[in-house]
Amino acid sequence: MKRTIVAFVCGLVFGAGLIVSQMSNPAKVIGFLDISGKWDPSLALVMGGAVAVFGVLYRLALRQGTPLFASRFTVPEKDSLDAPLLVGALIFGVGWGLGGFCPGPAIVSAAFGDARVWAFVAAMIAGMLVYRIGLRQTHD
Amino acid sequence: MTIVNFTPWSALFGGALIGLAAASMWWLIGRLAGVSNILGTAMISRGEDFAWRAAFIAGLFLAGLAAVVLFPGDVHFNLEAGYGQVLFAGALVGLGTQMGSGCTSGHGVCGVSRLSPRSIAATLLFMAAGMVTVYFWVQQP
Repeated sequence: MKRTIVAFVCGLVFGAGLIVSQMSNPAKVIGFLDISGKWDPSLALVMGGAVAVFGVLYRLALRQGTPLFASRFTVPEKDSLDAPLLVGALIFGVGWGLGGFCPGPAIVSAAFGDARVWAFVAAMIAGMLVYRIGLRQTHD
Repeated sequence: MTIVNFTPWSALFGGALIGLAAASMWWLIGRLAGVSNILGTAMISRGEDFAWRAAFIAGLFLAGLAAVVLFPGDVHFNLEAGYGQVLFAGALVGLGTQMGSGCTSGHGVCGVSRLSPRSIAATLLFMAAGMVTVYFWVQQP
């Protein structure tokens, strides 16, 4: 139960960060990706700000040994590059550029009331299921 | 190239909030806040493994709902793409993030902070792919 409450509050704060920084605005994302035209560098600072805060606190937390409400810190097992990682990142990048949404901002802005965002989220979940069920069985 | 619409302070502040939320998840429950992984594994989890993931996703959605109800004038949202384009984009984002084990949050924020070689490579690639896609196929108004 504690884990669920923590995750809910973190989701709220994470979502607030996406809205304040305008990651949840597709036009802002496309402005960032349009480096040769009318370029809006803001999202580099979103990532920079997030990495600065998380990068420090991540290491401070690791020094504690274990998380407060769980038995261990969970990290991805793989640490070398492989084809699915690289191909998947390319496919994701094309979709990100075409729509202006990555997964977090899509879920946040689904609440803004535009039915096209629901269409995006439905297609995204379908794409996830195709890979999870059709192409790969592993999960943690 | 001309620089337009640059909003450095709200970008940094929003980014810091994202980092703080991710750090709290890590410090308290030992989990990385990668949205595509949380959503993708929620669909194949049971019990509390499902509950915390669903709660995180619900928190994201409710943040959006609270913002649009409480501060409707301050929520910026502008989408040019039509249904065909968003459906295609969504399918690619869903498939690509599961195949590539992460998205902007899991790779771009958490993985880059951890100096993970996989995440650094993925982040460079999805950014480059996004830039090339916008250059060839997406027109800004």
